[in-house]
Formats: sequence, C-alpha cells, structure tokens
Amino acid sequence: MQPQRRRLVLAGLATAFGAAALAQPKEKLVRVVAKKFEFTPAEIALVKGEPVVFELTTEDVTMGFYLPAYKTGTEIVPGRVTRFPFTPDREGTFEFICDVFCGEGHEDMGGKIVVSA
Amino acid sequence: MQGPIDRRDFLKLAGLGGAVFASGLAGCASMAGAGQDEFYFVQLSDTHWGFKGPVANPDAEGTLKKAVAAVNALAVKPDFIVFTGDLTHTTDDPKERRRRLAEFKSIVAGLDNRNLRFMPGEHDASLDHGQAWSEFFGPTHYSFDHKGVHFVAIDNVSDPAAKIGEAQLAWLKADLARLPMDAPIVVMTHRPLFDLAPQWDWATRDGAQAIALLMPYRNVTVFYGHIHQEHHHMTGHIAHHAAKSLIFPLVAPGSQPKREPVKWDPAHPYQGLGFRSIEAEKAEVKITEYPVVRA
Repeated sequence: MQPQRRRLVLAGLATAFGAAALAQPKEKLVRVVAKKFEFTPAEIALVKGEPVVFELTTEDVTMGFYLPAYKTGTEIVPGRVTRFPFTPDREGTFEFICDVFCGEGHEDMGGKIVVSA
Repeated sequence: MQGPIDRRDFLKLAGLGGAVFASGLAGCASMAGAGQDEFYFVQLSDTHWGFKGPVANPDAEGTLKKAVAAVNALAVKPDFIVFTGDLTHTTDDPKERRRRLAEFKSIVAGLDNRNLRFMPGEHDASLDHGQAWSEFFGPTHYSFDHKGVHFVAIDNVSDPAAKIGEAQLAWLKADLARLPMDAPIVVMTHRPLFDLAPQWDWATRDGAQAIALLMPYRNVTVFYGHIHQEHHHMTGHIAHHAAKSLIFPLVAPGSQPKREPVKWDPAHPYQGLGFRSIEAEKAEVKITEYPVVRA
C-alpha cells in the first residue's frame, strides 16, 4: 500500500471508531470525594440495572471504597481519579465503607447507596 | 514458678478464673507425644493504650495496669505471654504514636514473666506500615517453637488494606513446609483470617490464602483479637478463637447496623474485659477466660 493510501484508510477507521463511540449511551457518572473520615456524598441514589461509573478521589490519604453486600470495591489513591464501574442488580439500601485504615475515625467512615426500581 | 503444670493445677487455676472453654475440635493429639511437655500461655489483646472515652471505659489509664497485676497474680506462672495487637490506640502524630508505644512497653515490663511475644494491630501499625511498632518490638511476623508446638505470628495489619500480602504468604508457606502434617501449630494474628463481618472490617482480605496454606495440617488453632470479645469459629478442622479486649468490649458481630463499643456499666465495671490462658494438653486445647478484676 502506498503511504498516501494508508493514511486515508487510517483516517477512515478513526472516523468510524469515533462515530461508534458517540453512538454508545453515556454511563452515568457519580463523583464521590473521600477525606478523613467521610465520603461526599454519603448517600447515593441509583437505579437497579442502570450502569454507573463512580469517579472517586481522595483529598488526603489513600482510602478504600468497598461495598460489602456486593463484595466489590477499589482503592482511592491521592492525586488520581479512580473510575469504578458498577451496576446495581437489586433494590435496597447498601452500605459502602472505607476499608483502608486511615486513622481514628476510620471505623465510622462510610455511606450508603439506595437502589430503586 | 515456671514450667509445666499438671491437670489438677490447671483445673484449680481454671476454677479461680471462671468459665473454661474446652475444645477437642482443633485436635492437638500429637501434643501428647513423647518429648512434648504440657504448658500454658496467656493471651492479652487490644489494650489500646492512649484511648480516651469515658463512656466506654472511664478507667482507660488503669485497666492495663490492673491486667498486669491480674496476670502476675496467677497461681501458676505461664510459660509466656502473647499480645495479639492494638497495643496502642491510633494517632496521626508519629511522635505521639511512639510515646504511646513506649508507655505501653514500660507498663507491661511490670509483668513478672519476661517471655513476652508481641504482635501489632491496625491501630499500632497501619498508618506507617508498622515502622514505629517495629522500632519497639521488632519483626511484625515471625515463628518460633515451644515444647513441641510451632507458633506462627501473622501480620494482617501493617498493610492498611488488611492484607497479609504475597511476600508474607510465601514466607508462611516456606515456614510450614518443614513441618510434618500432624505438627501442632498455633497461629496468632490480629484480625480474623476468615470473613467474620467484612462490613465491620472484621476480616482479612487474603486471609483465605493463609487458611488454605494451613488446611493440610491436621492440628491448627488460631488465636486472634481485633473484635474485642470472645468468639469461636471453625473453618474446616481449624478453630479460630477471638480474645476479649482490655479497653472496651464491642457489640456482637452483625448484631446491629453499626459496630460500636458496649457502654461501661457502673454496676458491673470492667464487664466484658479480660484475658485468657491457653493450655495444650493431649487431645484438647483448653481456654480459660479471666476478668481484669474479680467481682
């Protein structure tokens, strides 16, 4: 393939991928900020079956974001946005907690997600 | 008096101490083998030196000292004494952390028995990965042998994410590899190795890997702290025994939405606090619970 033609093909592929990306439904973003010893927001409303992406940041030390009922979670490292995809598959109220020891108030650091139909 | 005690002595001791929990489930049959002496040791846990909270314990500065006196008053002296973590209450200030560790060490120096074994808890070690704790007490995980029993101290707190970690698990595997499958093994750790109540941080993230390494051995018993109350649980043939605290009891696992201390009852001071003795004798591990002060 000649160089000129290769560039054209690559440009066409890039356009196709871009269109596909635009066509996908955007996941709901839920931003959560952690700091000693609280999450903001501490209560998050979600809809059963609707995928979300948590965008997690911490204002001070490394924290954890863990959903015991779902046995899933991630660490939140200072200076970085941690993206954590999650799809609630059942209705109810579920705790999330910090599961990385962060100091004296660590044991009370948590919040809840409220999943509706 | 140091050294082995006979059954009559132990039962006399147990009678003074109160309830005796005896378990043959952990199967320490090989402890009865030739050349293996009977002995007992004492477990203290979760002293949280530096804690202040009069609702939970108005005698926070006196309880550890009373426990030291109570251990010294045991009629038969233990072979050694173990502390299964949270020697101090957490603080963000590294200087204060070291001050608390130093004070704790000074207080327990009052124990008549000089054979002391320490382990860290998350309050001691999680904020600096065990650095200050190690300055006072040395390695955070180790093993030793005593009268035919292999003791292993597992650190599940220096990683603030409650993990033992691959390096320590590899060490554990190598440490166990030299033992026969019927070797009596006592594991000491801070957090439960199994998922007791993960929503309350009463679990070790990779604890199942440690249990898997221990499972081929027929005579394994685990003693831990962290949950501030007596608790007994089996994973297969491995028994796990949680110890009382020496600062405040916590509510029973999963009994309410939030973990919280049991309030101090002026009518029953020091209720729910205490320490224990552990005797290995033939096919049984016998646990005797002691109060901090006698009613």
